[in-house]
Amino acid sequence: MTARSSATPAVAAKARARRGPSPQRILLHGFLIATSLVWLFPIGWAVYTSLRPYGETARLGYVSIGGTYSFQNFIDAWTRIDMPKFFLNTLIVVVPAVVITLFLASMVAFAVSRYSWRFNLGLLMLFTAGNLLPQQVVILPLYRIYLALPLPKFLASNGVFYDQYIGIIVIHIAFQLGFCTFVLSNYMKTLPRELNEAAVVDGAGVFRTFWDVILPLCRPPLAALATLQFTWIYNDFFWALVLMFTGDKRPITSALNNLKGQFFTDNNLVAAGSIIVALPTLIVFFVLQKQFIRGLTLGSTKG
Amino acid sequence: MTDPANRGLGEPAAPSGRRRFAILPGPARRRFSLLSRRDKLVLGLMVGIPTFIHVFFIWLPTIASGVLSFTSWNGIGLDRIKFIGLKNYADLFGGIYPPFWPAILHNVLWLVVFLLIATPLGMFLAVLLDKEIRGTRLYQSAIYLPVVLSLAIVGFIWQLIYSPDQGFINNLLGTAGTPQAIDWFGNRDLNLWAILVAASWRHVGYIMVLYLAGLKSVDPSLREAAAIDGASERQTFFRVVFPVLRPINIVVLVITVIESLRAFDLVFITNRGLNGLELLSVLVTNNILGEASRVGFGSAIAMVLLVVSVGPIILYLTRSLREEAA
Repeated sequence: MTARSSATPAVAAKARARRGPSPQRILLHGFLIATSLVWLFPIGWAVYTSLRPYGETARLGYVSIGGTYSFQNFIDAWTRIDMPKFFLNTLIVVVPAVVITLFLASMVAFAVSRYSWRFNLGLLMLFTAGNLLPQQVVILPLYRIYLALPLPKFLASNGVFYDQYIGIIVIHIAFQLGFCTFVLSNYMKTLPRELNEAAVVDGAGVFRTFWDVILPLCRPPLAALATLQFTWIYNDFFWALVLMFTGDKRPITSALNNLKGQFFTDNNLVAAGSIIVALPTLIVFFVLQKQFIRGLTLGSTKG
Repeated sequence: MTDPANRGLGEPAAPSGRRRFAILPGPARRRFSLLSRRDKLVLGLMVGIPTFIHVFFIWLPTIASGVLSFTSWNGIGLDRIKFIGLKNYADLFGGIYPPFWPAILHNVLWLVVFLLIATPLGMFLAVLLDKEIRGTRLYQSAIYLPVVLSLAIVGFIWQLIYSPDQGFINNLLGTAGTPQAIDWFGNRDLNLWAILVAASWRHVGYIMVLYLAGLKSVDPSLREAAAIDGASERQTFFRVVFPVLRPINIVVLVITVIESLRAFDLVFITNRGLNGLELLSVLVTNNILGEASRVGFGSAIAMVLLVVSVGPIILYLTRSLREEAA
């Protein structure tokens, strides 16, 4: 497939249609189908296992078809470890973290991209570099800071950042600011400069220009980033593990461990639990796939 | 760097494909001095508050890690911090702490597998899926599905495949529950490889998505020109497309290295990073979760992580910087 396929696609397609698919095409599809099936298999297997009662798999073996299928494992997983509570814990962290991160990041991006001042580049570098650091580089001193730094009682019941939702929210914000600022400033730079001038002529101050003129134009990257940040913060395991002591306040990703028994683990139950916990991100995958990919590729760095 | 105010005014918006990867010369900049004092104050706050949060919670602890790595401290009472020079590093590299070298080896293996297998595979799939073929979206979706899953869940899902009694592989082989059963996550000669399969499963999709976006931004006329000159498909990719994709290649490289250094969740879920799954990230974290708290010593390990990640971070920044100045 060399020069032939580089003719206009329509011509190439017509040529293909006349002769039927080439052996290369069949090989290509065969390879891609095989790869896709291999990739889907682990999730498919988890779904299949979760639908079978433990007794059935014990009787017939795991690699078997038949017996009864039911949603009982899902009901058991949901109630046994009190999943609603952990979902709520996750929600308490994710929603403010995403909203505040986007708000703060768009302010920095606005200042850096719409105004020319000395520290622009340095600031962007600071944020971008901070976002690329491995979490473990900061964790030991951060843990001590969290234990020592006082907070007013209405923000933290124990008076410090440690073991508090606010602590988890703050570290997510601090970390994700870098990525969001980077993406948003790139986007804002593409908006016409006349927008600022028009706002000044209308007598708008800096914040009004930001809030009423620029920010509404940034809906596409904001939607993409919101989707992406929701997924990442929802998926977080590390920060909550280290900075949240009380098991009952940990997010849903940590709660799955509670399904494992001390001596015996019912894998069918664990499978059902995993599916339930994965469900919100799977919904993102199916419904907001475009936004997610846009967010990922806008900055091209997860950081 | 050229004066931003003097350039780019009349330039059209950047080609959309490029926009994603570059800090672009901005057509939309104004001089600070045109602003009123109130505006300057507002602007200062808009930048200052987020910057403070970022610096205070990310950079301050990073610097503190660096300083603490030269000390001995059990974490209680600032006055108990004792400077001991390079002793932590000498202990680390001198082999007094047994898990250190295995952790280094495992991190390196992680990186090598990602760099030589997972990342090229993701790029290869992206190249295949970039063609005009039927059902390309379906294939893409299947391969990128694992990317949205949390690594904790990835660990649980692969447990269902690897478990010695209830896992798919052992049940398929008929060895489940017998002494011949292979304990993929438990056997210290196997478990890192088993984990790397699971980690790669997710990484491949991630790289594929990034690379697909990059490929879409390549000017089609480049390929046409190459084809007219009689270049084969492979030649076109390696001689024309790949060099044009330099920016995205760097992003992919940086992400691969950083992800390998960050690896934590998967091994921690599996066995808390013991018995063949030691990683630098786990050794650092054990100073908080484990029994003994040796902040200085742990910080020295964190610094090893930092030093290794500085390379890719600088690579990434200089690339952004160059495109900013261009």
